[in-house]
Amino acid sequence: MIEVKNIKKGFGEKTVLNGVSVTMQAGKCNLIIGASGSGKTVFMKLMVGLMVPDQGEVCYDDKDFNKLNTEEKKEIRQQIGMLFQGSALFDSLTVEQNIMFPLNMFTRDTHAQKLKRVNEVLERVRLKDVNKKFPAELSGGMKKRVGIARAIVLNPKYLFVDEPNSGLDPETSLVIDKLVKEITTEYNITTVVNTHDMNSVMEIGDHIIFMYQGKKEWEGSNKEIIFNKNERLNEFIFASEFLKDAKDMRMLEQTGKIDENRDMDKMIK
Amino acid sequence: MTLFTEFGRYLLMIKGMFSKPENWKMYWKELMHQCNEIGIGSLGIVVIISFFMGAVSALQTAYQLVSPVIPMSTVAQIVRDTVILEFAPTLVCIVLAGVVGSKIASELGNMRVSEQIDALEIMGINTKAYLVLPKILASLIVIPLLVVISAALGIYGGQLASTSAGILSPAQYETGLLQYFQPYNVFFALVKAYTFSFLISSIPAYYGYHVEGGALEIGRSSTKSVVVSCVSILGADYVLAAILLH
Repeated sequence: MIEVKNIKKGFGEKTVLNGVSVTMQAGKCNLIIGASGSGKTVFMKLMVGLMVPDQGEVCYDDKDFNKLNTEEKKEIRQQIGMLFQGSALFDSLTVEQNIMFPLNMFTRDTHAQKLKRVNEVLERVRLKDVNKKFPAELSGGMKKRVGIARAIVLNPKYLFVDEPNSGLDPETSLVIDKLVKEITTEYNITTVVNTHDMNSVMEIGDHIIFMYQGKKEWEGSNKEIIFNKNERLNEFIFASEFLKDAKDMRMLEQTGKIDENRDMDKMIK
Repeated sequence: MTLFTEFGRYLLMIKGMFSKPENWKMYWKELMHQCNEIGIGSLGIVVIISFFMGAVSALQTAYQLVSPVIPMSTVAQIVRDTVILEFAPTLVCIVLAGVVGSKIASELGNMRVSEQIDALEIMGINTKAYLVLPKILASLIVIPLLVVISAALGIYGGQLASTSAGILSPAQYETGLLQYFQPYNVFFALVKAYTFSFLISSIPAYYGYHVEGGALEIGRSSTKSVVVSCVSILGADYVLAAILLH
């Protein structure tokens, strides 16, 4: 279980995170959402140990990550898989070598066993005939899928996903979202996704944390988000008229009425 | 950032390189890969530079030796000593600072900017040990070898140039080469080669590893690393000469 307790982080004069506390739900898709500059990327970097908080704790199974020694940190890190915004595939290695890299580094399996595992995860992310291709030869969506394959090849306990849909078309975004959701359920991984894509929020958000100006503003599920009364969250999520209408439709469908502030006659017209 | 802060971060990077490898085989593979990249990758330019450096120094030395009392075989002696003492270790390392240094800085810079270093860190790999240490060790292994090759080729280039220009015969050149030969000079050249190898690999590694920003910053850090490496080589050259040739 990942528990973040009263975390604070600043750069010079600027406070980016100001006392955020969250418990990530085990075996679920935990989504961190918020506008650009709300502190969600820094929050994720603090959770995976790429940055050190000024104050507060990041606990993995009740152990404060920042108080562990190097070897203990390495042990936890080997239970973490991460998909980066730009996929972060090694340019000079083929897809097969990229996915095999963690296996080469941390297992004593034979080459045949490692190759079998690589093909298994490639099949899992629905990629075929790409083993010998270099990252530069792949599309954005394929790179993301290779990134996911590399992240899950060691059967991690925790999966971190940073902006999985950035630079992807809506259809490919949905494919990646579904893949993340399926893998979370199938491998019983605790997944943390950093996103501002509303499709992701509605599709895979088992547990959503909304960040606003370095603070946790709202927390709930994708079912609760429709009925939330938080103004800032509603402004962020249902920013366009189209999305506001979609929210009304969903509310109408489920409760028979729409938001008090909205005009039902106008919507019907 | 002040000079002291930069130097402190540089020392911390060096300190951070020393940890137990996660997998010896992978580290060995990376070391061999770097030896090939740095050594074989720079061999061509070293061969060309060394040969012409020896040839030109032979012709220019002969041009300056106008006194009839100085035997022409002295040309070979001067070429030998200048090549061993200065040209092979210093000039070649300055060229390598450009070739190898910019490559190291831009490779690490690109890995930093595209989050590949972060990806390795999250896997639980000590990136300083896995990415920086093999580059420095490979430089310490192959650059002194390149300096030895350079010295041999420089001396050979001097012989070819002076004999083909009719300045002296191959026998006279060989006689000159053996006159007053001091093996200590070779030791001095190797001390310089090892010192410069460390500088031209660790300084660009520092700049590349700590890049922040995008493509523009990678270029800037690469240029800065070459400039700082060259200045460091010249400074170290002076210090070593002052200490070891006293």
